[in-house]
Amino acid sequence: MLQPERQILVVFPHPDDEAFGVSGTLAQYAKAGTPITYACLTLGEMGRNLGNPPFTTREELPLIRKKELQASCEAIGIKDLRMMGLRDKTVEFEDDEEMVAMMTNLIEELNPSLIITFYPNYAVHPDHEATARAVIRAVRRMPESDRPRLYCVAFANNTVAELGNPDIINDIHDVREEKMNSMRAHISQTGWMLQEEEKRKEEGATAENNWFTNEHFYSYRFDEDFEDSF
Amino acid sequence: METVNLQKLQDLLNSFANKDVYIHLETTNGAYASHFDEKVFNAGTFIRNVLIRYELGKVTPDVPHRVGLKLSNGGWVYAQGITHFELDDQNRLLMAGHGYDGKLAIALEISETPFAY
Ligand SMILES: [Zn+2]
Repeated sequence: MLQPERQILVVFPHPDDEAFGVSGTLAQYAKAGTPITYACLTLGEMGRNLGNPPFTTREELPLIRKKELQASCEAIGIKDLRMMGLRDKTVEFEDDEEMVAMMTNLIEELNPSLIITFYPNYAVHPDHEATARAVIRAVRRMPESDRPRLYCVAFANNTVAELGNPDIINDIHDVREEKMNSMRAHISQTGWMLQEEEKRKEEGATAENNWFTNEHFYSYRFDEDFEDSF
Repeated sequence: METVNLQKLQDLLNSFANKDVYIHLETTNGAYASHFDEKVFNAGTFIRNVLIRYELGKVTPDVPHRVGLKLSNGGWVYAQGITHFELDDQNRLLMAGHGYDGKLAIALEISETPFAY
């Protein structure tokens, strides 16, 4: 487990963003009694996994994903889930100052010692990028001595080439059940992936999937900031 | 949703003609398309709660279907790749194209009341 924290703030735009990259780490903190707030910006309204034949409609999907998000938080042990009411795929088109204000308000209210979000420019999805930019900007405006730690998830194809290897590597073997349950909670999005994992095991694969062995993060590098100022 | 029944869908399209209706239209190959394959040129479009009025709506017989709406002001709305449809419990005509991979490729929806946010 990583170092003790007073309060954790997780900021991602989509239900299921928390499941893949950080649910093991969060489950460890939850078990240790660390308060965790998860600000999830959208309900993944534009998710494309509707099945064929379809199991739902474009209009019903957000209701399904909201329930999945709540179930995932329960599996992880997150007690404070904030659904921020933005719409999937539109985050980058929101007013940039208002986005920073949303993050600043959360930080002022919660006084987190650690924030987990995406790494700007290495987060692939435009919503991920917009979320990461807003969080980094809000933290940058704080006096250096007051800033919480910032662990960022990066998975763009050029991540290791440009950022090197992640500096935070967390062994999550002890919470693989919790992580599996978080991923299962998002079954509308992860069903195909979990099926593939089952098949892999049936075919005799013994190596553990690295989702269930460790999670890794990059500490945000303000000395190599993604922009000069905002 | 059920797979397109031409007569049923045509009747539903007719029932929204010559009324002010809100539409939702989206087409996408996914935000991750060029992450998984750098050769994919990623394009898509999304409009929601745009008020239109059409005088003629038509669904074509070939599968996947095309749906065209001829607007009263000379404009057009057009969607290609429609496989499924339903009239939902709020009387909205939902049409969608679900790809071979189980992912939504296109959606066209028509409603007399605005879509929720
Ligand atoms: Zn996401």
